[in-house]
Order: sequence, then C-alpha cells, then structure tokens
Amino acid sequence: MHVPDGFLDAPTSMATGALAAGTVALALRGSHRELDERTAPLAGLTAAFVFAVQMMNFPVGAGTSGHLIGGALTAVLVGPWTAVLCMTVVLLVQAVLFADGGLTALGTNVTLMGLVAVGVGYGVFRLLTAVLPRTRTGVLTAAGVGAFLSVPASALAFVGLFAVGGVADVPLGTVAATMGGIHLLIGLGEAAISVAVLGAVLAVRPDLVRGAAALRRPADLARRSAPAGAGAR
Amino acid sequence: MSARRSRRGLWLAGLLVALLVAGVGSWYASGSPDGLEWAAEETGFSHTAEDSAAADSPLAEYAVDGVGSERLSGGLAGVIGVAVTLVLAGGLTMLVRRRGREPAGTGG
Repeated sequence: MHVPDGFLDAPTSMATGALAAGTVALALRGSHRELDERTAPLAGLTAAFVFAVQMMNFPVGAGTSGHLIGGALTAVLVGPWTAVLCMTVVLLVQAVLFADGGLTALGTNVTLMGLVAVGVGYGVFRLLTAVLPRTRTGVLTAAGVGAFLSVPASALAFVGLFAVGGVADVPLGTVAATMGGIHLLIGLGEAAISVAVLGAVLAVRPDLVRGAAALRRPADLARRSAPAGAGAR
Repeated sequence: MSARRSRRGLWLAGLLVALLVAGVGSWYASGSPDGLEWAAEETGFSHTAEDSAAADSPLAEYAVDGVGSERLSGGLAGVIGVAVTLVLAGGLTMLVRRRGREPAGTGG
C-alpha cells in the first residue's frame, strides 16, 4: 500500500501533505488524553510491532502479496489519536531509512494509512461495540470487521487521490475495481492478524487494551475488592 | 508490584515478537508485488513510479549496505527498523504524555 513518488502530481501530494500535517497536529493534542501511565509505554512498542509485522508480506492469490497496515489494531490498543502518531512514525521511518514509500508521497501515505485506515477502522469498531454484546467476542468481532474494512477504504481513498492527481491516464473504473478487489482480500489478512494480536493481549492483560474499556469495568471492581496483588496476573 | 512486573513481561514479550518477526520472520515474507504495485502493473500506471530521494539510504529496500548475506542483511535492517521506531514513537508518546499532565494543557 506504500505509495511511491511519482504516482500523484505535485499539487495532490502537497494537499495530502497539508492534510497529514493537520491530522498529526490534532493527534498531538488528542493523544495526551489517551496516554496514561499504563498505555504510554505500550504506544512505542505498538509502533515497533506494526513496523515489524508490515515486513511480513503474505501471499494473496497469484503473484500478489499484502501486509498488515495496523491502523485499526493500533487504534483499538492505544486509542485513535495515539494510533495516528504511531502510524506516522512507522511511515516516516520506512520512507526515510528504508525508501519504502516515497518522500514526497509521505503525506499521501500518512493520509491513507494514518488517517483513513485508523479513522475507518476505529469508527467501525466503535459503531459495532455500541451494538454488540460487551464480551471479548464482541470486542474482537468489532475489531476484526473494522480492520477488514480499513484496508479497502484506504485503497479506495488512494483511487480518489488518483482520480484527482494521478499522473498516468488510465481508466479510473479499472483502477478502482482492481485496487478495491485485491484489497478486500488483503483486508481478510488484516482482520486475521489484528484479531489474533488483540486476542492474545486480551487474554493476558485486558486492561491494557484501550478499546476494551467496557470489558474492564467489572474486572476492575473485582480487582479492587480482592486482596492486594490477587487481581494481577 | 506484580501488576507492574506483568506489564513489563507483556512489554518484553511484545518486543521479542517484533524483533523475531522483523529479524528472522521477514526472510520468509512473500516477495510478490503488494496490492498497490500489482494493481499499478495491471492497470498500466506502474511506470510512473519514481525512485525515492532516499533510494541511496544505506538501509534502502530493507537491506544493510556492505552486509554480504542477504538473510543477515534483511534481518539486521528489520532489527534496526524496530529499534528506531520504538525509540521515536516511544519518545514522542512519552513527551506528549508529560505535556498532557500539566494542568494548563488543552482541557480534557
């Protein structure tokens, strides 16, 4: 999904750069409400984890691969504003050190994988947690669907940018169908990895999953009334 | 006390998994073009891609300059990436948190 330099014209890249910068500025303000003593150390680790797992391209159909974006997973773990910051750091490191994703395309990639993937993934997650039962299965289902939809959403956002500022003159409908189709498949991998990771963290320390706050209220009460130390595993 | 220790346990386990995935697992990752590269080839706009200005980075394309073994080179690049991301993202979120504790912060 990392957009290289050259796909989009300069005005479009500048516009996504401005959009990305504005989003990061908002995230810097929004994230301090999300970061507490428990989640702050976890945020850096989550970013490093996303960087690592993004290296693991998995095969998708014939001759194609995909990798985790991690926007939805990160938002559920540490909160959406912090997720924007984490994704931005990952994309910055990839673009500057590893030449993965263009430098002039950095704003585009932050827009697609920071803003859109986090926004859609977390938005769907919140909508679904509002209607699903407040159980682990409910939280994991909501996160899985959010993660799944975040991938085609990012792909279609790219198509939107390509419609405005794509350098090549190719039929837009074909680009939309090809990008949307392949990223529906990649979204299945995104959902599987996100659910597996969240399931593992929820099994050990549900209190560290920010998006599972609804689950931890009763557990917190039980912990407080229990003898000292008994509540911690 | 034990809550803090188990939090550190989870943190170390997560870091270990990240290092193993980036340092060892990435060798087994699929080398096929990703969804966007594939779609660009299929629909005929892949030729408009340009080399990044960072293409001469000693870590470009997840390989460390001067390391002969491809496997070692890729694994080392992954470990460096995990470390740099951890320090930058961890440092940034710690800074944001510290600033957020001041009462004059942006209400909330």
